[in-house]
Amino acid sequence: MKRFEFLIEWALFLCALLSIGTTAGIIIVLAVETFAFLREVPITEFLFGTEWTPLFATPRFGVLPLVAGTMLVSSIAMAVALPMGLLSAVYLSEYADARVRRFVKPVLEILAGVPTVVYGYFALLFVTPLLQQFLPNLAGFNALGPGIVMGIMILPLVSSLSEDAMQAVPRGLREGSYALGATKMQTSLRVVLPAAFSGITAACILAVSRAVGETMIVAIAAGQQPRLTANPMLPIETMTAYIVQVSLGDTPQGTIEYRTIFAVGMLLFLGTFLLNLVSTWLRDRFREEYA
Amino acid sequence: MTETATNATSARRQLMDLGFQVLALLVLCVALVSLGALIADIWSDGGSRLSWNFLTGFPSRRAENAGVWHALTGSVFVILVTAVLAVPVGVAAAIYLEEYGGRSVAARIIEMNITNLAAVPSIIYGLLGLGLFVRMLAMGRSVLAGASTLALLVLPVIILSTREALRAVPPSIREGSYALGATKWQTVWYQVLPVALPGILTGTILALSRAIGETAPLITIGALTFVAFAPDSIWSPFTVLPIQIFNWVSRPQAEFQVNAAAAILVLLALLLTMNAAAIWLRDRYQKKLG
Amino acid sequence: MSNSPRVPSLAGVAARAPQPAVVDRPAKIEAERLNFYYGGTRALQDISVRIQPNVVTAFIGPSGCGKSTFLRTLNRMNDIIPLTRAEGRVLIDGTDIYGPGIDVVALRQRVGMVFQKSNPFPKSIFDNVAYGLRVNGMAGSRSELEDRVEQSLQHAALWEEVKDRLHDSALAMSGGQQQRLCIARALAVRPDILLMDEPASALDPIATQRIEELIYNLKHTYTIVIVTHNMQQAARVSDYTAFFWLGRLVEYDRTDKIFTNPGEKLTEDYVTGRFG
Repeated sequence: MKRFEFLIEWALFLCALLSIGTTAGIIIVLAVETFAFLREVPITEFLFGTEWTPLFATPRFGVLPLVAGTMLVSSIAMAVALPMGLLSAVYLSEYADARVRRFVKPVLEILAGVPTVVYGYFALLFVTPLLQQFLPNLAGFNALGPGIVMGIMILPLVSSLSEDAMQAVPRGLREGSYALGATKMQTSLRVVLPAAFSGITAACILAVSRAVGETMIVAIAAGQQPRLTANPMLPIETMTAYIVQVSLGDTPQGTIEYRTIFAVGMLLFLGTFLLNLVSTWLRDRFREEYA
Repeated sequence: MTETATNATSARRQLMDLGFQVLALLVLCVALVSLGALIADIWSDGGSRLSWNFLTGFPSRRAENAGVWHALTGSVFVILVTAVLAVPVGVAAAIYLEEYGGRSVAARIIEMNITNLAAVPSIIYGLLGLGLFVRMLAMGRSVLAGASTLALLVLPVIILSTREALRAVPPSIREGSYALGATKWQTVWYQVLPVALPGILTGTILALSRAIGETAPLITIGALTFVAFAPDSIWSPFTVLPIQIFNWVSRPQAEFQVNAAAAILVLLALLLTMNAAAIWLRDRYQKKLG
Repeated sequence: MSNSPRVPSLAGVAARAPQPAVVDRPAKIEAERLNFYYGGTRALQDISVRIQPNVVTAFIGPSGCGKSTFLRTLNRMNDIIPLTRAEGRVLIDGTDIYGPGIDVVALRQRVGMVFQKSNPFPKSIFDNVAYGLRVNGMAGSRSELEDRVEQSLQHAALWEEVKDRLHDSALAMSGGQQQRLCIARALAVRPDILLMDEPASALDPIATQRIEELIYNLKHTYTIVIVTHNMQQAARVSDYTAFFWLGRLVEYDRTDKIFTNPGEKLTEDYVTGRFG
């Protein structure tokens, strides 16, 4: 009986260990191909080059246009999601009564649960044409439409995590503020929000990480033209959309084009990993303050 | 000695408070309107295309004849295989962490790792699947490779939600079992799991419903976009609804975009069913526990 | 409540508590048959009392007797809690604060409150004291603001200790200092009335003594109402004392009379420690 228990515990432990195996697998798979890639392309050219044309006759492997594309779309998304998400969080945390919450929270959950390919359709065939009515110079593929749609997609994330952070602020602080004659808005903005600051920052960094890693919206609606630009009206290509583009083709294993998707993937992984780490560290510090 | 804030400033502040509330409600309205516009737009684009022929047809170069049967069966098949792979492992891992692991160093490292994995972009899992399952383990571009990739993707979510379900089981049940001389495993298997089962099922269904909408990892491992048949085994090539949608959206002809919208409606219907099942389960579960 | 067989009942206690024999000035705060409900539960029953200006009035009684609830009706802090209801009148300088059209925000600037658990904002010492002035639009120019902050910190007997570190975080102070900061913060908006809900219960004896000295000095300028479960403190610090029990006001009189020769048997039992 004892041996059976022992075996069971070990079997369960191995299943738990699989998650470590996953992380190891990711790192190994990415690293192997990235190193093979870097044997042919110097890392300085990769990281600092400004032209990305790996599939052309004279290939160039500067990744900055892809990074710029990713950052452009993510910035637009955050410009939409951050203020709206914070306002929504303040309202849900400090003002809303049970009736409003029962209506609003499911809507936000649904917004977060729509498959990204559906958002991509929406961005390409509804939002961009709509924007073109006001901005006639807007190209069919651009950064603005998918950026806005991505913002709406991550709005629920910003809202719910920020709301959690504000709920963790002790009631005593709010009471102290009301007792001095402050209105609810003054209390929310001048006491609660600053007190929840590191928790809210953690939420925003997580949202940025999500935006950076998002694939289908940009693959459908942002274009496939790597371009080092800050102009949101032109077609661009993000890191994630590039990986999709190559995967759709028939790139044989072992070629340098095949390896580029792993190199870009490694960059993507390291970037989001760093963001997630910072976010977790901030969130743990925030929890310590109000535990 | 008294001094009163003038009535004017107080009234102005109250007005600003009201204005703030209006602004916040406006923001929430924007979110609501966006969702409404999304659904309305897709419905108006694709609703007319929905028909039995569409559901059971296969793709064709003529858009009016194309159907989604291959993609629909592909999606369902892949999700089932994913569930078979991910659920036992995920539940086992969660049981270990929640019932056996305690506060040991190994357990905490594993926990941190799972939290990280839950936030890794899904396309990275696709790259992992490509390198590991398709190439190294030579599964090729098969249902098995796709399901294994998705299984790794949903594993952290299943583990996290199963842990919550286990945590919700009152400690008194465990104590009662131990007091009767049962071993840890007997307690888990005969007492804890049955009580936690509805919660585990709910979490699993929700995780799988997210997986069914995933596109990027499957494209990366090479789920072909021009597969025109329903998969017949775990080794056969396949496609899924989201990829078929992506394929049709990428075509410039308007008729294919109509097909894409109709396929989206099928996908959303599938999602709705799964979520409704999960919510129904959760409600029944809550009733039982009190 | 205690299950001791010696717990006396309210039978025989006068329906309306006797008021002090000499009422020399018009009341600053007056409650008229105040009833207060949390949802369906009545927490205060028929409270009628006239609190004098520029004195310290203590509310005493065992836990749960309603003294804190009554204190919080005086600046309508209970409005924050959902499903509460007040019936009856509470008059401050003759105006019913539960009447229609009352500006609660302005009320709270005139009736300040200090809480049991000190709650300084996670800001600097200066910003804590300045906060009330800023949100009420009383800030004025930078130098005026600095003067007001200094004045308030002096009134709270905290200025000497913090004058060189006004921009340090308030959370870095000791418990006693934090509580005095909360008092300074409340005084900054120049209220006429200061409500204090067990202000020293979380503090050590030396810090407590300083708070009590402060209260003694402040009463010349402000009307102070203090809730305390410490009878010795009530006896030391207050001029008038009100004894509450199970939501009713049992007796209200000059402090020396309450503690040496109370009119009600219930009061006598409480102050001599027979229960509670």
